[in-house]
Amino acid sequence: MEHRARSPSGTRPTPTMTIAATYLPVLALLPFVVGMLVAFLPRHARNAAAGLAGATALIGVLLTALLYRGVTEGAVLRQTWSWLPDIGLELTWRLDGLSWLFSLLVTGIGALVVLYARYYMAAEDPVPRFFSYLLSFMGSMLGLVLSGNLIQLLFFWELTSLLSFLLIGYWHHNENARDGARMALTVTGLGGFLLLMGVLLVGHVVGSFDIDTVIANRDVLMASPLVTPAIICLLIGAFAKSAQFPLHFWLPHAMAAPTPVSAYLHSATMVKAGIYLMMRLWPVMAGNDTWYYVVSLAGLVTFLLGGIAATFQYDLKGILAYSTISHLGLITLLLGLSTPAAAVAAIFHTLNHATFKASLFMAAGVIDHETGTRDIRRLSGLFRHMPYTGTLAIVAAGAMAGVPLLNGFISKEMFLTETLAFHTGSLLDRLLPLIATLGSAFSVLYSVRFIHQVFFGPEATDLPRKPHEPVGWMRLPIELLVFICLVVGIVPNLSVGPLLRSAVVAVLGPEAPRFHLELWHGFTPAFMLSLVAMALGASLYFALYRRLANREARERPWAGRARARRIFDGAMTGLFAGAGFITRLAGTVRLQPQLFLIVLAAVVAGAAPFVYHAVTQAGAGLTLGTRPLTPVSLPFVVVWAFGIASATGAAILAKFHRLAALILTGGAGLAVCLTFVWLSAPDLAVTQLLVEIVTTVLLLLGLRWLPARVATKEDRERARALVVARRGRDLVLALIAGGGMAALALAAMTRPRVGGIAGFFNANALEGGGGRNVVNVILVDFRGFDTMGEITVLAIVALTVFALLRRFRPAREVVGSTRQQRRQDAYDEARSDREVGDTARDYLFVPRIVMHLLFPVITLFAIHLFLRGHNEPGGGFAAGVAMAIAFIIQYMARGTRWVEERLRVLPLIWIGTGLLVAALTGIGAWFFGRPFLTSAHGHLHLPVIGEVSLASASLFDLGVFALVIGATVLMLIALAHQSIRSARASLSTQELEGATSAPSPAAAETAVKLGEAGGD
Amino acid sequence: MEIVVAIGIGVLATTGVYLILRPRTFQVIIGLSLLTYAVNLFILAMGRLVVDGAPLLAEGADPSTFADPVPQSLVLTSIVISFSMTALFLVVLLAARGITGTDHVDGDGMSA
Repeated sequence: MEHRARSPSGTRPTPTMTIAATYLPVLALLPFVVGMLVAFLPRHARNAAAGLAGATALIGVLLTALLYRGVTEGAVLRQTWSWLPDIGLELTWRLDGLSWLFSLLVTGIGALVVLYARYYMAAEDPVPRFFSYLLSFMGSMLGLVLSGNLIQLLFFWELTSLLSFLLIGYWHHNENARDGARMALTVTGLGGFLLLMGVLLVGHVVGSFDIDTVIANRDVLMASPLVTPAIICLLIGAFAKSAQFPLHFWLPHAMAAPTPVSAYLHSATMVKAGIYLMMRLWPVMAGNDTWYYVVSLAGLVTFLLGGIAATFQYDLKGILAYSTISHLGLITLLLGLSTPAAAVAAIFHTLNHATFKASLFMAAGVIDHETGTRDIRRLSGLFRHMPYTGTLAIVAAGAMAGVPLLNGFISKEMFLTETLAFHTGSLLDRLLPLIATLGSAFSVLYSVRFIHQVFFGPEATDLPRKPHEPVGWMRLPIELLVFICLVVGIVPNLSVGPLLRSAVVAVLGPEAPRFHLELWHGFTPAFMLSLVAMALGASLYFALYRRLANREARERPWAGRARARRIFDGAMTGLFAGAGFITRLAGTVRLQPQLFLIVLAAVVAGAAPFVYHAVTQAGAGLTLGTRPLTPVSLPFVVVWAFGIASATGAAILAKFHRLAALILTGGAGLAVCLTFVWLSAPDLAVTQLLVEIVTTVLLLLGLRWLPARVATKEDRERARALVVARRGRDLVLALIAGGGMAALALAAMTRPRVGGIAGFFNANALEGGGGRNVVNVILVDFRGFDTMGEITVLAIVALTVFALLRRFRPAREVVGSTRQQRRQDAYDEARSDREVGDTARDYLFVPRIVMHLLFPVITLFAIHLFLRGHNEPGGGFAAGVAMAIAFIIQYMARGTRWVEERLRVLPLIWIGTGLLVAALTGIGAWFFGRPFLTSAHGHLHLPVIGEVSLASASLFDLGVFALVIGATVLMLIALAHQSIRSARASLSTQELEGATSAPSPAAAETAVKLGEAGGD
Repeated sequence: MEIVVAIGIGVLATTGVYLILRPRTFQVIIGLSLLTYAVNLFILAMGRLVVDGAPLLAEGADPSTFADPVPQSLVLTSIVISFSMTALFLVVLLAARGITGTDHVDGDGMSA
């Protein structure tokens, strides 16, 4: 990885800056790491989880504070990790004044929220999960603001949406929480998608996703016809995140989250991500007409509607949610106005809003926590019981209303000043002061209402809990935030002036306007508007008091919330119904049509080039080549006459005569196998033959559990015209497919061989792979990674088969003894000199002894196959299958019980060991600085035995060998064990019924032991 | 020889495709086996037919007379994978028979 840091003007970074920049990724990634750790804490480790989370947040605050010196006066800390340099993708960590301010918000409020949440969350909540999410969110948010690349920013953007989903749905037993989480994810996810499109458009036009480059290429972007769609897409993304009308409706539903989450994500940080993006792109976009109209209008409407809706809420958090929407609208409106002074006001208000709104949310949480309700109709006169909290809430609400001496006042006055300034002279511009004052009046209204109805008035009568002050630690975060509101409100320039200056310069550049934050500007028009707004808000409250204080009132649907929700629900229902309709229309769950279409598509795709060629170049379709044919040999023809007859027979008999079809398939397989021998593919022949044996045994074992299908009268009657037509249609397709393959094969075979890569393998097998059998060397060396994947597939399939069979419920018809078994038993019972089971024991007695004795022979053969594999036909796979056959033959000869009393195969151990050996062999190459699975080989001279060639590939092949034994045996045994399981079941039934031939305890014990043998 | 192999491929593919389009599970499993044979032979045929040219680098062997080892190693992989697939399909087939009470591929008794 490459580390570098640079300042935007291209000047050489100082060494301090370079070092400082290396902390940026630490800042962003540390919360993720700790979040992972916290997730593994025990469920009730509240203090440990909160302690770790708090410490992480504090480290974040400290790091951010230390980095401040690197971002003053337009300086930028940058650190680039090259990621995919070939396509110009880099991970860029970038910190400037603006992102510094956001980092401080995220870490600072994060630390306070962690402290608050420690006392807010109930003891029975799984708190480590909560803090783990919270930390990951903190990391995502930091990653977002520290991204110097739009794609990277988008990645963290989506992460914040995801974690917001998880945090809203934290109390997932609550339906509102689930719905709210889903809605938030849907809306912000949709926004994220559009944002991606916008980012891609910008990247396409500019040729880079680097934020600095995009800003530097403003003219290029503005000249492009794609600028309008790009802006629209980016803005929809930002609006969805920052709850701007008409995408605001998810935020009130997100209030189902625990209150610390609302304070942190849904007022102070995540909803500011859209604002952050707009600020980030402000230098590029500001001044563009689309930007001006869309952003200003959306902001204005949101500001006003949010304020009105907040007024009529009855849930404390609902009031705060709509108030948040309204204030976000205010900030958006300021950004839309596109003047530098408006941008300053926007940044300042972002900071102020975060402090007073987070403290208000925390206060609402305290009220909820101590009284048991957030319903403003039930709350009243709380000041008596919680004077401290009450005072804090009054100050914070004052800041929200824009009361002098508080931070909200200063930024709101800056806002009003801006609305009065001349921008474009449009109707919107001229109406702006009026609407802004009205919106501000609503701010005052709901702030007054919040305080008056909750803390004053008569004593509340029906509170679930007796209210009292919360523990001091829970109040501390609110105290700190309110303290900041006061300090910023009284000595703005001393407290946040420099910080704001850095952020402003980062957005506006070095020619940013010099501003001086002051409490008192004199009797300016803006101050007058401020006074009007306060007077209007207060009088509106008294005018509406009767209605707002109505304790029986129901939530007003026209306040926007319910209607937006209904539209959203309708859209979702419609979407799902539409998707279902299209699926039903265009898809099918039935296998037959699917397979038919797949084969048809393959045929069409295969035939198309030839047809095209024939049409365009008259007559030159699929032709034979000039390569001389290999002379025909009569035995080969006979083999294939047999093979063709077998295949056809199998096709005809597969429905009603399964055993015959299986045998005939084996016949066709044999023809294929002989063809391999003939055509110089001995490895294939060996493997095919062995696999053929195992497959046949497997299918035979399976047939035991597949009830016979006998052609009934019904079946014959069913062969109506439709069915005949369908069969005919399938046959035609099959003939075309088969004929096409034959023609294609013939056309290829009659053409000379083209170069290909065979020459390389032939030339390098001995030198590079240390083996003479080129096919084996390809498999275990050149293409070892493929083989690695292949044996993994085999292992997975074996385990799946095993797992499926553990809960296997066979068809009803085949449970119990088979017809053959019953006949044998009946024969034994009929004779006095025989006991039940004798016939089964005597069956094929001589062959069984031979099979029994074959075990060492086949074992030797398998070892032989394995050892010669690298130089001659054979190899780990064939050897493994051969060894598995040795085992299964013992099962067949002596029965499962007899074998397992004497031999425990432990197939799972074989599989695991094999996979491990193969993987470790591959990894071994790393220690020599080579890529995975690079082989090494050498020759060893041993006394007596002579020269032995050693290759690491042989070790890999040993892994293949072990895995194949395990996988094959596991599948076969799992299936073979079904008969024992059923037998055991019937035994226990007999015991229950007190049948005559109750088994001896020893026998039953054996059966139980054996039944488990396949399982361990 | 080429013609014989081509006909063999054709018949195996035809029977295989016909069977996988049938509604009974056992027909499909047999069809898959036959189709696998056809495809494996087809892949081998792409290396052209070579008699007495096993790709074994014995002393003095001339690699230019060898059969192409690449299709061979592909087919070897294919044999393994199709074995796995057959085994898995067999178990699914048995389980489906137990659960649905029918050996129809879609778990119902309709159609041929």
